[in-house]
Amino acid sequence: MEKLAWLVPALPLVAWAVLLLVGKRLPGGGAAVGILAVAVGWVISLAILFGVIGGADAYHTSTEWAPIGAGFDIPFGMTVDGLAAVMLVVVTSVSLLVQLYSVSYMRGDERYTFFFAKLSLFTTGMLIVVLADNLLLMLFGWEIMGICSYFLIGHYWEDVANARAAIKAFLTTRVGDLGFMAGIFVFAWAARSFEIQRIIDGVETGEISSTTVTLGAALLFCGAIGKSGQFPLHTWLPDAMAGPTPVSALIHAATMVAAGVFLVARMYPVFEASGSVLNEIGILASITMLIAALLALVQDDIKRVLAYSTISQLAYMMAALSVGGYSAGIFHLFTHAFFKALLFLAAGAIIHTVHSNNMSEMGGLARAMPVTFVTFLVGALALTGIAPLAGFWSKDEILTDAWNAGFGGAGEAATSQTVAQIVFVTGMVTAFLTALYVGRMLWLTFGAAYRGQGHPHEADAAMLFPLVVLAVGAALAGFVGLGDNSISTWIQTESLPAHGPVTLNVGLIVATTVVGLAGLAVGTALYRRGLPEHEYLERVPLLWKTLQRKFFLDDLYEQGIVRAVVGALAPATYWFDQRVIDGVVNGAGLGTRRLARGLRYVQSGQAQWYAAALFIGVIGLAVLVTQVIGS
Amino acid sequence: MNGQEIVFLILAVIGGLAGLLVVTSRNVVHAALFLVVALSSIAGVFLLLAAPFVAFVQVIIYVGAIVVLILFGIMLTRAPVGRRVLDNTLRARVGAFVIGAGVFVMLTVFLAGAFGDKRIANQAATSTAALGDSLFRNYVLPFEAVSVLLLAALIGAIVLARRD
Amino acid sequence: MPLLYPLVFAAFLFSAGVYGVLARRNAVMVLMSIELMLNAVNVNLVAFNAYLRDQLHSGQVFALFVIAVAAAEVGIGLAIVLLIFRNRETVNIDEVDLLRW
Repeated sequence: MEKLAWLVPALPLVAWAVLLLVGKRLPGGGAAVGILAVAVGWVISLAILFGVIGGADAYHTSTEWAPIGAGFDIPFGMTVDGLAAVMLVVVTSVSLLVQLYSVSYMRGDERYTFFFAKLSLFTTGMLIVVLADNLLLMLFGWEIMGICSYFLIGHYWEDVANARAAIKAFLTTRVGDLGFMAGIFVFAWAARSFEIQRIIDGVETGEISSTTVTLGAALLFCGAIGKSGQFPLHTWLPDAMAGPTPVSALIHAATMVAAGVFLVARMYPVFEASGSVLNEIGILASITMLIAALLALVQDDIKRVLAYSTISQLAYMMAALSVGGYSAGIFHLFTHAFFKALLFLAAGAIIHTVHSNNMSEMGGLARAMPVTFVTFLVGALALTGIAPLAGFWSKDEILTDAWNAGFGGAGEAATSQTVAQIVFVTGMVTAFLTALYVGRMLWLTFGAAYRGQGHPHEADAAMLFPLVVLAVGAALAGFVGLGDNSISTWIQTESLPAHGPVTLNVGLIVATTVVGLAGLAVGTALYRRGLPEHEYLERVPLLWKTLQRKFFLDDLYEQGIVRAVVGALAPATYWFDQRVIDGVVNGAGLGTRRLARGLRYVQSGQAQWYAAALFIGVIGLAVLVTQVIGS
Repeated sequence: MNGQEIVFLILAVIGGLAGLLVVTSRNVVHAALFLVVALSSIAGVFLLLAAPFVAFVQVIIYVGAIVVLILFGIMLTRAPVGRRVLDNTLRARVGAFVIGAGVFVMLTVFLAGAFGDKRIANQAATSTAALGDSLFRNYVLPFEAVSVLLLAALIGAIVLARRD
Repeated sequence: MPLLYPLVFAAFLFSAGVYGVLARRNAVMVLMSIELMLNAVNVNLVAFNAYLRDQLHSGQVFALFVIAVAAAEVGIGLAIVLLIFRNRETVNIDEVDLLRW
């Protein structure tokens, strides 16, 4: 079955082509084509995962695509190991459910077919990233995702704000991609190959010097910063909520943003070999999770709350990887995909019926939309990390690893103890804040009385089905971390042996549960009666202003960078292009014309003139030949 | 300086002067008549160069036929008289003089450089029989070709010039 | 006699012909100048034939050919001049410049 793994990204690609070419003429707008492609991929992915669980070996195949010479070539192949198998299942499952959901959510949209085409192409991109056995192919899939993200965020491009959000997302991730590309080339040059396994081997045998490893790892991580929304390139994620909700669920919760985490996990031995980079990752992750959680507290738009929550949870995954918790990070990625996608899709159902994103116009929906409420609740509690839901197991694993690295025995991680301690403390604080904003979100959306103008009703079956499936997943997904054959065993490789099942540090479990419940309690207490007159944090004006302006980061980027480019650099480049480059081209034409206008007088039409020219030529030639050449 | 050379020099001076006057005369008919003189002196030169047959052919065809043809042409086109009408502008004439002089200088320099010290030996005049022999034996193909050429020219001239 | 004598004579006639071709405005005069040039060539040919004492007399034979061709050319040339005169009432070749730019 592993040999068929190439079908998983290939089928959605075919679906994309079919949908683009003939989609509009197919019945139902061609949605079935996209869904079928992903469904088949999903079945294959499950089969592969079961194979891995059963103890199958990793499968690797590759062909040479383009030889560059000097022993260097660009390969084209895939690696199907445990990590890839887990990611395949996550991506295909969420993609399938989102496409089913979109059948109902996007009904009546004028670009319905194109939407499914974009979703299919995006799925292909992510699957290429997952399966790639070399960094260049991974970059290829990475960039496909980037451009699909642009197209999907800008789906409602008639509104200029949406188009601008799409560009912001694309350019911000592009900035990170520059570092990513630089990192790829550093490693390719050092290891004389683009293949991931060769690079890892090169690092482990010490062939590649440690400075190169640190430099390369830091550059590679730039790509992860951009794609996974870490500080300071996280500003695009909240604005990306301008896209349709299924897009937010698929791309900005479960898959594309997880690509950065996947990259770090895939190249983990390289990162482990350069401890300083891991420290930097830990610090950045801590900063990110804290500010994201704070910002989630003051949002009115429910999707923005979830967006900041995603940033915060991604930071958790990065933090896990930074303190040596390879399996903890991937485990959290796995569970997060389920409950975050669930939360987004449920929010979408709410937005669809209430016709507004703002929580100030919601309220009291628990009675009007019971199924949505229950599924949303499951997802929210999973996010908070309440046992025995999925989020509890993975978040706990992360905090345990951080504790062990920071306060426990000298951890096996390459990170410094201080960084691990910082990670642990911020992790706990963020857990409290997470519970707080989750509580706020729950009560403002579902509690008290309805504040809006619409007529809320339950969503239809096509939208509810994925919600229920994801809710089951969010509830049960955590159990893959238990037992001898846990997710940790699945994703182990030669360089990264399994850590065994989730370790249960009783004291920590108690602490995290207390923190979570405390946050929920505070949230309930503050927002039980619905939206207060003024938000509580308004009482601290400085803090309020900072939070409202998103820590002034957007302003900084806008004034500092965007202004300089759009205001000065772009016009200068335009002038150069118009005057100098076009000038040269036009000038060549103009010059030729002027020359011709001068030269045409040679054609006087008079035979004597021609005869004169002839004789002059003869004299000249004779002189030339005898005097100059012959001598 | 033997007699041959003296005769040649006389003929050359006459011929050269006549040639010069052909191209600078103000009267077309005078120019045609000077052309006759020049052509005749050339015929004399041919005689001196042991080519009697060519000399005779020169007189018969050139002086006899071609100049007559030219005179016909002058008559039929009512060629006018006068410097203003016959010659180009002064600028053009200066330019032409320069080019002509340039050609003369170039030719003389090369010829002097190559054949400055050569002499033509005294020889018997080429008999017409020998010439005819060479013409019809060695050069019969070009001969035939020239015949065809003359035919074509004849037909062409008739076609061009007829009135219909 | 020195070979140079007839050669220089020929060169002089040729140059005079060149001057005539370039400086004359009347088409018939140009034709006359061309005849002058052709004759100069003939003198050259015969002179070399005498110098080389060619058994085949190729110089003289060729001179005969040149005379024949010149005759043909003058005939055609004058026919053309006649046509131009008939159509334009002028034989000023400065005015025959339709192929100009």
